[in-house]
Amino acid sequence: MRIPFTVRLLRGAPKSGWIALLIIAFIAWVAVPFAHLALPPEHAFYLPGYAVKLVGKIMCYMTVAVAMDLVWGYTGILSLGHGLFFALGGYAFGMYLMRQIGRDGSYGADLPDFMVFLDWKELPWYWTGSDSFAWAIFLAMALPGLVAFAFGYFAFRSRIRGVYFSIITQALTYAAMLLFFRNETGFGGNNGFTDFKRILGYDITSPQMRVVLFGLSAALLIACLSLGRYLVGSRLGRVLAAIRDAESRAMFIGYNPLHYKLFIWTLSAVMCGLAGALYVPQMGIINPSEMSPANSIEIAVWVAVGGRGTLTGAVFGAGIVNLAKSYLTATMSEYWPFFLGGLFIVVTLYLPDGVAGLWRRFVERKAATTTAVEAETEAKPTKTAGASA
Amino acid sequence: MNPFSFRRCWSWLCLFVMLSGLPLSVSAALAPERVSGFAGDFSSRLAAIEALGADGGADAHRVLDALENGMLGVIDGQVVIVEGDAIRDAASGEAAEGDVAAVTVITVNNRIRRALISARATLALAADDVATRLAAAHTLGESPAAEQMPLLEQALAREKNDNVRAVLMRAIARINLASPDAALRRQAAEDLGSASDPVVRNLLAALLEKRDGDWVEPDAEVRAAAVRSMTSIERRITAAQAMGTVFSGLSLGSILLLAALGLAITYGVMGVINMAHGELLMIGAYATFVVQGVFREHFPQWVDGYVIAAIPVAFLVAALAGVVMERLVLRHLYGRPLESLLATWGLSLVLIQGARVTFGPQNLELSNPSWMTGGIELAAGVVLPFNRIVIIGFAAFVLLLVWLMMQKTRLGMFVRAVTQNRPMAGCVGVPTARVDTLAFAIGSGVAGLGGLALSQVANVGPAMGQGYIVDTFMVVVLGGVGQLAGAVWAALGLGIVSKFLEGWAGAVIAKILVLVFIIIFIQKRPQGLFALKGRFADD
Repeated sequence: MRIPFTVRLLRGAPKSGWIALLIIAFIAWVAVPFAHLALPPEHAFYLPGYAVKLVGKIMCYMTVAVAMDLVWGYTGILSLGHGLFFALGGYAFGMYLMRQIGRDGSYGADLPDFMVFLDWKELPWYWTGSDSFAWAIFLAMALPGLVAFAFGYFAFRSRIRGVYFSIITQALTYAAMLLFFRNETGFGGNNGFTDFKRILGYDITSPQMRVVLFGLSAALLIACLSLGRYLVGSRLGRVLAAIRDAESRAMFIGYNPLHYKLFIWTLSAVMCGLAGALYVPQMGIINPSEMSPANSIEIAVWVAVGGRGTLTGAVFGAGIVNLAKSYLTATMSEYWPFFLGGLFIVVTLYLPDGVAGLWRRFVERKAATTTAVEAETEAKPTKTAGASA
Repeated sequence: MNPFSFRRCWSWLCLFVMLSGLPLSVSAALAPERVSGFAGDFSSRLAAIEALGADGGADAHRVLDALENGMLGVIDGQVVIVEGDAIRDAASGEAAEGDVAAVTVITVNNRIRRALISARATLALAADDVATRLAAAHTLGESPAAEQMPLLEQALAREKNDNVRAVLMRAIARINLASPDAALRRQAAEDLGSASDPVVRNLLAALLEKRDGDWVEPDAEVRAAAVRSMTSIERRITAAQAMGTVFSGLSLGSILLLAALGLAITYGVMGVINMAHGELLMIGAYATFVVQGVFREHFPQWVDGYVIAAIPVAFLVAALAGVVMERLVLRHLYGRPLESLLATWGLSLVLIQGARVTFGPQNLELSNPSWMTGGIELAAGVVLPFNRIVIIGFAAFVLLLVWLMMQKTRLGMFVRAVTQNRPMAGCVGVPTARVDTLAFAIGSGVAGLGGLALSQVANVGPAMGQGYIVDTFMVVVLGGVGQLAGAVWAALGLGIVSKFLEGWAGAVIAKILVLVFIIIFIQKRPQGLFALKGRFADD
């Protein structure tokens, strides 16, 4: 019998998971706006703007971590180039934001400042439609998706995988970074896009806009997490796991890994693109350094820290690492690389299942002790009973 | 370096060497009328300088030196040289009477300086040393003036050396190009065809222009000769530039090769890409820097040999770092290549930051030993620097050593065996764990040597290795895993191709094109250029 989609979706996560999502949604859409907008700044529960920005940014990263976990944790494809999709989404939306500046730039021209600086007279063809919000959103999904599809098609078709694939994705994002660093590429060179003013005519720096973007980031995260949860529980998810564990065997059984890998790879890139599109207005800047190989490989460590193949683990991993990063880079920036590097080593050596693995072990041990205690308490009466008998 | 300034520096260096060797206190006096011009007006001073240059003698140098250093002056119509508190007569060199404060020093402006330069070159044309004469001829040839004609012809008449003759003839031809006699001009245009200098080409090209509807050069035959000469100059320049590109490609390739040899070994044996491989290069370069420091401090007389002394040091330090990595981290990740990738990336972050904290974030100052500076000039603007030539040779030497190690030693045999089939090698008694460690040590050591080589041609800084890991891996992929020959062809090929692309499309586009090419290449030949023969099964 065919189970309805909604039921399957609900089944994807346990009841506690849905409750957690509801709580997150409540916090993001009710509590945070209230604490940031309604409370006066001197109130104890007032949420300052930087905190909203920071958490909003981290939620974008969490979405990327979910996307990464789908391809790495569930399909076994380690991408070292996911930062590229994130940045492409960011650039796609950034183009719209640049156009929204209008004549308020420092040159007061119709064109974005950097084009005036380069002495360009009109927008290049690929900026067509960049003043439309809908087109920007579409592009933020379509561009990373298209790049991922084309690249993935060629790579997966010739069965490039494992370390080869990882390195080539790194080369891809490196090449893209070099390309975007050039002024002639038409994306602002090494300064990238910044000094945004408005979205849809509203002031981008206003607290209201901040809260809206925050809420959207939360919505995106919840949506991606739910979709991911649904997918990995579905038939498709099982095939993906089979491909991860033994690609040739999955192929011999009759599944074409190309289709499955390509689907999840492209989907993952689209998720990253959307996360990037939400990241840019919150941070107020996008530049080619987002495409640096180091950024992409850091995404992998979020997932590794959280625990691969768990989705929620990836979310926590991104949260933990990024909170630690913003704390450590502020207090002792010299040691942050040591910490990050150490994290890479320690997690791979001693925590192959990440924080989620630790948690699972903890729960299992607790369960084991309770069952042991229960067994003991159950056994005792029998003993006494036996003894009395 | 700018080719022209390079040549000019070279010629001035020669002049300087020659001049500084001259005894300045020779007392053969000049005839007083030869310096009296300096007491006159500006043009008589210029004439005096030229006259001094034309018929020379050591005393001419004395006066010209004084002029250049602002020590030549005039007092009461007498030309004198000021030396501290004393003044001497410029012509006789004997002490003269008068107050130093009353001397009007002759100011050296640009025209006087130019006159000085050409006077000195004229003097140098009479020198015994060939290099000095050549340099002087180059200097004169750069902006020959018609009044130098007799002088050049004189020099040509007594010149024996072919190179100097060629340069002199070209200088004469340049002057003749402006002569009113058409036959002379035609001859000059033909003579200039033997040059390989873009300046000469432009000179000829100027003749072929039309100004106000008239040809700059009225005679058609001269123009035809100029066209012929221009083509031959252009052909020569293109050939020299192509050779220069091939050479810099070889140079890049040899560095890629040094980096890739190590990675080919470690990747072949352990199936692990060491993302910290670039940092092993960095360690090698830093070791070289330390050795340089030790030599400067303790053995300043042998400072030129520090590069040689750094070879074993760089190898051992990097090898040690490799062993530590392998023992502490990689060994425990056997069979988990993706995790190894991340862990070694972590290592590289730690190493980079470690270098930054210990040595500071700035680039280190490493200087080539004197025998590695300079270069061979193929044509104007195409110079093959000695340091790059040495590095190509060094890469060949390291390649030979690695090849001998892999093919002729027991360890090499073990390494090859483990690369091909680890369980089977273990079954027949190869101590695979020890082979892993040793192979890693050697691979890392070779990377250290790569760092040493790199330190002689590129900037040395904490993040210097970062850019190499992708390129190096591409070489290994292109060449085929575990294949030395493949690595060699891939490294040199990649080096030359990317240099040609760079010349054609710029550095960034070249890099992107190479990456695209490799991605396409792997589509066709996933096993690389030189696949291992045999059957493989995965999963």
